[in-house]
Amino acid sequence: MLTGVAYTTWLERKVIGRIQNRWGPTRVGPFGLLQPLADGVKFILKEDLLPDYVHKGLFILAPMLALVMSLISIAVIPFGETITIAGHTTALQISGITHAGGGISDINIGLLIILGVTSIGVYGVALAGWSSNSKYSLLGSLRASAQMISYELALGLSLVGILLLSGTLSLREIVFSQSGNWVLGGHDTHVPHWFIFPQIVGFFIYLLAAYAETNRIPFDMPEAETELVAGYHTEYSSMKFAMFFMAEYVNMFTVACLATLLFFGGWHGPHLGFLPPIGQALLPVVYFAAKVFFFIFLYIWIRGTLPRFRYDQLMAFGWKFLLPLAIANIIVTSLIVAWGA
Amino acid sequence: MVHQVLFIVFGLICVAGAINLLVQRHPISSALSLVVVMASLALIYLLLGAEFVAAIQVIVYAGAIMVLFVFVIMLLNAGAEERTRGSRMALIVGVPGVIILAGTVGWMLVSGSGRLGTVSISSSNFGETHNIAHLLFRDFLLPFEITSVLILIAIMGAVVLGKREN
Amino acid sequence: MVPLSWYLILSGILFSLGVLGFLLKRNIITIFMSIELMLNAVNLSFVAFANYWNTHPVADKSIVPLSGQVFVFFVMVVAAAEAAVGLAIIISVFRTRETLNVDRVNLLKL
Repeated sequence: MLTGVAYTTWLERKVIGRIQNRWGPTRVGPFGLLQPLADGVKFILKEDLLPDYVHKGLFILAPMLALVMSLISIAVIPFGETITIAGHTTALQISGITHAGGGISDINIGLLIILGVTSIGVYGVALAGWSSNSKYSLLGSLRASAQMISYELALGLSLVGILLLSGTLSLREIVFSQSGNWVLGGHDTHVPHWFIFPQIVGFFIYLLAAYAETNRIPFDMPEAETELVAGYHTEYSSMKFAMFFMAEYVNMFTVACLATLLFFGGWHGPHLGFLPPIGQALLPVVYFAAKVFFFIFLYIWIRGTLPRFRYDQLMAFGWKFLLPLAIANIIVTSLIVAWGA
Repeated sequence: MVHQVLFIVFGLICVAGAINLLVQRHPISSALSLVVVMASLALIYLLLGAEFVAAIQVIVYAGAIMVLFVFVIMLLNAGAEERTRGSRMALIVGVPGVIILAGTVGWMLVSGSGRLGTVSISSSNFGETHNIAHLLFRDFLLPFEITSVLILIAIMGAVVLGKREN
Repeated sequence: MVPLSWYLILSGILFSLGVLGFLLKRNIITIFMSIELMLNAVNLSFVAFANYWNTHPVADKSIVPLSGQVFVFFVMVVAAAEAAVGLAIIISVFRTRETLNVDRVNLLKL
C-alpha cells in the first residue's frame, strides 16, 4: 500500500502536468515511472534538520502521529471477500478474522474507528505548527486544525444516512447490504443496490468534507505553497516532511476506499462467468481497485481544475452550508426509511 | 490471564499519564498526558466490552475536547507555570484529605474484593451500538433531549463569552 | 478474569490524582484538566459496573445493565459543554488580567 501511495504521487504529477498542458515527470525511467524511487532516495539522503529553537519532543512526535493515524485507518478497510491460496483462506482485510466455516468477523465499529483516528490526526497538524516555534507555522497549523475539526462534523453527519440505510457500523456489513439490485414496487430494476442512488446528497457532502479533511484543493489554504510560506510544515525537511506527505496521500487513499465501500458497493460488480476460478476469486479485488483508482483520479482532477477557497469562505462553507445540508439529509432519509418500513 | 496483563499494562499507562499531568510545568505537556490517559482509558473500555463508549471516548473526549484545550493553550501561549505562594490551606488540609479519602476507598475495595466478584471480556456483544441506541432513545429519551438543549445553551454561552468587547 | 475491585481501584487512583491536581496546580487550564481527569475516572467506574451487572444479573428489573454505558454518554456530553463554556471564561479572564495564574486573579478589582 505504501508503494501505491508512492505511485499516487507519480500519477498526480503526470495528470496535473497533462491538465496544465505539459508532460510531468518523463526523465527518470520510462514515462517517469521511477520518479517516486528518485524522490524516496532524495528524501533519505537529504539532511534532516532539527533546528535549535523548536520544541524537540513534539517536533519529532507530530509527523509520526500524523502518519501512524493515517495507517491505522487502513487496517479496518476490507477490500474483498476471502481469498484461498494453497488451501489457506484469508479474509481480505488487515483486521479481519476468518472462521473455520468461511465466515469473516469484522470490527463492529469500523466506521467509528475511522472517524476516531481522523479526530486524533488533528493533533499531528496542531502540534507540528506549535512546536515549530515560528509565526507562519503556528498560524498555518491553527487554520488547518480549525478547518479539520469543522469539517469533521459534516463528514460524520453525512455518513449517518448510510447508517440509516444499512443499519450497521461494520464496513463489511455495509458492503454486504449493497448486494443485489434495487427493487421498486416489486419490479427488479437492473440498478445495483449501491447507496449512492438514494444518498446522492450525502455523497456530495461526504466528498467535500473529505477533501477539506485531507487538506486538498479546493480546501488547501493552510498548506498551499503560495500562502503562509508552507503552513504547518515550513520547518520540516527530509524524512519528517516525507512523513507528512505520505500521511496526506494515505488519507486520500482512505477517503477513496471509504467512498467506494459506503457509496459504490465496494467490491461488487458484474459477475464474469467466463474467467477461470482464480480470476473469479480476484475479480472483487479488481473491481475495488478500479473504483478506488477512479476516486483518486477524481481527487487529482479536481486539484488541477479548481482554484482554492479563501479561509473565511472555507469556514463559512463548512458551517453554514454543509452542516445544515447534512442535517437535512439525515431528516429526509430517516423520514423515507420510517415511511417505507 | 491475557485480560489481566492487558489491564495492568493499560492501567499503568493511565496512572503514569495522570502523574505526568501533575508533574509537568508546561500546560501543553499536561494536555498531551491527559490525551494519553484518555486513549488508554478507551482501550480499557474495550476490555470491558464497551465498544461504542470506547469509540465515543476517542472521538469526543480525546479528539474534540482535548483539541479544544490544546487550541486554547496554543492561542493564549502563557508559558510554563511559575511558583506562586497562594493559599497554604489547600496544601495543609487538601493533600492529607485526599490521601485519607483515597486510602479509605482503596482499603474498602481491597477488603471487599472477595464479595465484588470479577468482570470478564464477555462474548455476548452486550455493548453493541444498537443495544445502547435502544436504551438511549426509549428509556432515556428525556435526558437525551435535555442534554441536547444543554449543548445548545453551552454553544450560545461560549459564543457570548468569547466575543470581544467593542 | 479481572476482579472488579481492580477497575474501581484504578478509578479511585485517577480520581485522587485529579483532586490533587486541582488543589496543587496554579495554572487555571491545568486545574480544568484535572477536573476532566476526575470525570474520566468516574466514567471508568460506570463502565466497569455496567459490565459487572451484565455478568452478574440481579432479579431487580429496575437495574438495566447497559445504563452504565448510557450514563457515560451523558457524562461526556456534560463534560464537553462544561469544557466549552469554561474555556471561553478562561479566555475572557486572560484578556483582562493577562495572566493564567489563579493566585493573581484573587481580587475583584483589576
